[in-house]
Amino acid sequence: MSERSAELVADFEKRYRSGAIVRAAFAQPSQGFFSTVLFGPSGSGKTTILRCLAGLERPEGGTIRNGPQTWFDAERRVHLRPQARGVGFLFQDYALFPHLTVERNVGYGLSRASRALRRSRVAALMDLLGLSGLDRRYPRELSAGQQQRVALARAVAPRPKLLLLDEPLSALDAPTRQTLRGELRRALATLATPAVLVTHDPLEAVALADQAVVLNGGQIRQKGPIHEVFSRPADPTVARIVGVETIEPATLMDVCDGLAFVRAGSAELLALDPGGLTPGPVYVCIRGEEVTLERSEPAQSSARNRLPARVIAIHPEGATVRVLLDCGFSLTAQITRPAAEQLALAPGQSVVAQLKAPAIHLVAR
Amino acid sequence: MDWAAVRVTAELAACTTFILFLLGLPLAYWAATTRRWWRVLVEASIALPILLPPTVIGFYLLVATGPHSPIGRMFEKLTGDLLPFSFGGILLGSVVYNLPFAVRPFTSALAGVDRRLIEASWCLGVSRAGTFRRVMLPLAWPGILTGLVLAFAHTVGEFGVVLMLGGDRPGVTRTLSVSIYDSVQSLDYTTAGRTSLALVLFAFVVLSITYGLQRRVPGV
Repeated sequence: MSERSAELVADFEKRYRSGAIVRAAFAQPSQGFFSTVLFGPSGSGKTTILRCLAGLERPEGGTIRNGPQTWFDAERRVHLRPQARGVGFLFQDYALFPHLTVERNVGYGLSRASRALRRSRVAALMDLLGLSGLDRRYPRELSAGQQQRVALARAVAPRPKLLLLDEPLSALDAPTRQTLRGELRRALATLATPAVLVTHDPLEAVALADQAVVLNGGQIRQKGPIHEVFSRPADPTVARIVGVETIEPATLMDVCDGLAFVRAGSAELLALDPGGLTPGPVYVCIRGEEVTLERSEPAQSSARNRLPARVIAIHPEGATVRVLLDCGFSLTAQITRPAAEQLALAPGQSVVAQLKAPAIHLVAR
Repeated sequence: MDWAAVRVTAELAACTTFILFLLGLPLAYWAATTRRWWRVLVEASIALPILLPPTVIGFYLLVATGPHSPIGRMFEKLTGDLLPFSFGGILLGSVVYNLPFAVRPFTSALAGVDRRLIEASWCLGVSRAGTFRRVMLPLAWPGILTGLVLAFAHTVGEFGVVLMLGGDRPGVTRTLSVSIYDSVQSLDYTTAGRTSLALVLFAFVVLSITYGLQRRVPGV
């Protein structure tokens, strides 16, 4: 029992009149920074689970406990209002109050605190999230990235026990998303608040979460440590959902002229600098379809990464074939069946794996 | 112009508007947020006066508030006056009759407030009442003001219910519209014309204000 009291335990079922059912069952520490990502295609029930955790939806069965507090218990008819749960909810398009300034938005949940306390908390958060000087602006006068940070500051200001992030970066353009990905992870770690987040972007998931729960059609397909789930999908459905077959711990050696030099296992890779990264531990994320296989080393190629590799295993998956390779680290390639036949691939065979630099995605570890 | 009638009309419109503000907002909040199926029935009942002739409303209210009815008896005991043919009587009639003109704009204004803003406020620990005051009211105020202005103006122009319930007591229940009717009955076309022109100008100004308000969307 004492073990359970330090955990968020969600085990519930939400039924819709249309017949759709969403089932959630996962746990995570309820103190300190730890985050679970609910990952899956749209309509898989991710947001529903988040809304049930917040108390905005009422499940039909099961329980939700956070530490010693029971938030929901279908049998005992317990359903705590959102106000009583102490969660911070970051909405997908932020839901900032349009009639209030940035300062008042951030301080909105602190109305019970004294004026002085509210001021200092708001100022500290605005400073932490790089929003200083924007106090008197209105949400419509901010860039999307600034709005995202204001929404985060507002959600964490009342020191919530749990942060719920619904597609926290999806409303941003790609370059901003990449920069904010790292910033958000650092901010969450600084705030030391456990979080549950929803995303359909595998890189966002890897960057932000410790644990992954993969959903499809309202059901949990796989759960576990993030890089385990992403690099070893339990079945083809999960593999298709996560989309990134290779996630390997690596070390960023150097960044220079927009290029990043990475060491993964015994292999050296050239990638594009995503920005915001400093030399140190990273994850290398590679989609299987971005890997090209050759029998021998080509004389000239624009692909920067040419890795001698040995075929470990071959898994046919309909029209495509998943090829597990050892090229100093374990790499998964996804190629068409005719291509695999032409190359006459067999376990133990030597090939050359080619990768363009932009196909290697780096995420801070 | 009959200045006593101007005073009665202004008092009636102001009191009606004030009561509708207090009564109409909770009703509109309920109608805008509830998921109960019988919401449509309540909304239809509130909207009835839009379609019914004022004489029908007046007749039912007259019967319901007469000295033989429970409401009428209670009012007589409390004030020593009869509810029909008193200011209280026409105020009651006016509130009932104007309910849709206030509640419908209130409801659509409150329903127009983004649901996620309300949920964001709840998640930040702010109660339903606090959320209503700090998020819904500020964002819905143009619609709420529209409702109040319409109710005020509609009370000023009300004739049938006032005549049925209030009779024609000068200084007590004789409003401007009733006084026009009286002037015409006594062939005093000059006074009738002057009062009518005043009401036309008033209605024009009010409608201009209303359309002006509807263009103002807060926060955009």
